[in-house]
Amino acid sequence: MSKVLIIGEHDGKTLNLATLKCVTCARGIADAEITIALLGADTAGVATQAAAIHGVHKVLRVDRPENEHALAAVFAPQIVALAADYTHVFGPSTSFGKDLTPRIAALLGVPQVSDLMAVEGAHRFRRPIYAGNAIITVEADPARKLVATVRVASFEAAGSGGSAGIETRVLDVSLPTHTRYLGAKSGSTDRPDLQTASKVVSGGRALGSAENFQLLFSLADKLGAAVGASRAAVDAGYAANEMQVGQTGKIISPEVYFAIGISGAIQHLTGIKDARTIVAINKDGEAPIFEVADVGLVGDLFQIVPELEKLV
Amino acid sequence: MKKIMVCIKRVVDYNVRVRVKPDGSGVMLDGVKMSVNPFDEIALEEALRIKERGTNAEVVAVSIGVGDTQQQLRTALAMGADRAILVQTDQAVEPLVAAQTFLALVKKENPDLVLLGKQAIDDDANQTGQMLAAIWDRPQATYASKVELAEGRATVTREVDAGLETIEIDLPAVVTVDLRLNEPRYVKLPDIMKAKKKPLDVISLDSLGVGAGVLLKTVKTDPPAQRQKGILVKDVPELVDVLKKKGLI
Repeated sequence: MSKVLIIGEHDGKTLNLATLKCVTCARGIADAEITIALLGADTAGVATQAAAIHGVHKVLRVDRPENEHALAAVFAPQIVALAADYTHVFGPSTSFGKDLTPRIAALLGVPQVSDLMAVEGAHRFRRPIYAGNAIITVEADPARKLVATVRVASFEAAGSGGSAGIETRVLDVSLPTHTRYLGAKSGSTDRPDLQTASKVVSGGRALGSAENFQLLFSLADKLGAAVGASRAAVDAGYAANEMQVGQTGKIISPEVYFAIGISGAIQHLTGIKDARTIVAINKDGEAPIFEVADVGLVGDLFQIVPELEKLV
Repeated sequence: MKKIMVCIKRVVDYNVRVRVKPDGSGVMLDGVKMSVNPFDEIALEEALRIKERGTNAEVVAVSIGVGDTQQQLRTALAMGADRAILVQTDQAVEPLVAAQTFLALVKKENPDLVLLGKQAIDDDANQTGQMLAAIWDRPQATYASKVELAEGRATVTREVDAGLETIEIDLPAVVTVDLRLNEPRYVKLPDIMKAKKKPLDVISLDSLGVGAGVLLKTVKTDPPAQRQKGILVKDVPELVDVLKKKGLI
């Protein structure tokens, strides 16, 4: 039987949706017994949330002051200690998970499957390479532990209704002091989170300036959407780094994605191809974005976007 | 800061659209243009800027791969690296093996800082830097968008999903770099000529005592699922109509 340890991502108050998607992924392994590990300064609240996820067997809390901020060098040895009882260790393919899980895999001396997008067996998975231009099927040695990050855009969030037991663990693990958290600056916004939003309005270089991006913010607010950007728009300084969607930015799967003034480079398309519906607005009818769009409108975004905002 | 090691990977050029072989045995790489992984180029640029800021650190570019990887290391030397080391092997190198190989080089070279890209654009694994830091038992700072050095430590601003995070790490350490840390310089012709005279050592993977073995077996390579081609609408009212019918707005 497979025993899967999922590293829960949270901010101390709320369990990240990515964790629920990891649960769905883990349930794809036959007979998997699923445990969520929560490391933090005080995980009581998020543990309650994790225990209520459908399909979760157990929640492990590891509370200590050093765990207040998710530092990979501090978290990794603790997860390694917990992993002794498990066959699989999963984390989300978010900046939190991608930073942490390779450190765990290396300490365990095992390989990692990054961006797991489909489960074909307890040790057989599919994952994208070359910015999603190819999908490989990989097989790992069943005799070893398997560490993976779960490509969250590939899975639905698990539902609620579970009632897992919550255990508190005290680990006898000495933690390094060579890495210290100093602070964070979030792109303060009241809008939905780009990674988990059901609607996303995204802009490209054709917006022409940071000021013009206001057009998109305004439309997004009317729609209740998050705002994203292409790499070209971020490189040009029109949008903040954390708004970047694509191979090297965020991989998202909203219900509807508005690509506005985005030509559709392959590196961008890899970040949106799991969107349920893609709407493309671009003045160049030959732009590659129209190859993947479900609905396309060729025209001047500076006329279309304000009109769209009025009509929705 | 006496020495910076920069890890470089030879990858299919950013502009090449990679295609899957019809028999599913891999991707077509014959005759395809190869380059330095763009993130590793940013890592090298950062090392050169640290050197030029007056630290005068020695910059050592290292890579693992086939003999032709010397081309990418010559590019690194032309950009300004002082010397280069190629660990030559014809086998595919998985991230854990790459990390073990770089660790063997770290033990020989004793760098104060190891810089590399956050991911390679071929396997998109995003693992090697973290794995090296783990088995070296040293700090890691991934996805760096700013690196400030002080005596024996570095302050690194990291690009995370929510925005930016700043951490302080003791040196030596591993820093993996993100897109917007800097813009790499262009190589000038005289630099290419000069690079030909810079030392480039070639050693074998076996000589480092690192076993290459296959850890993850790739059994099949498929092209990605294609999206159905959609419809074009003529104006905004029609667009709104379609979106309403789909229940999206």
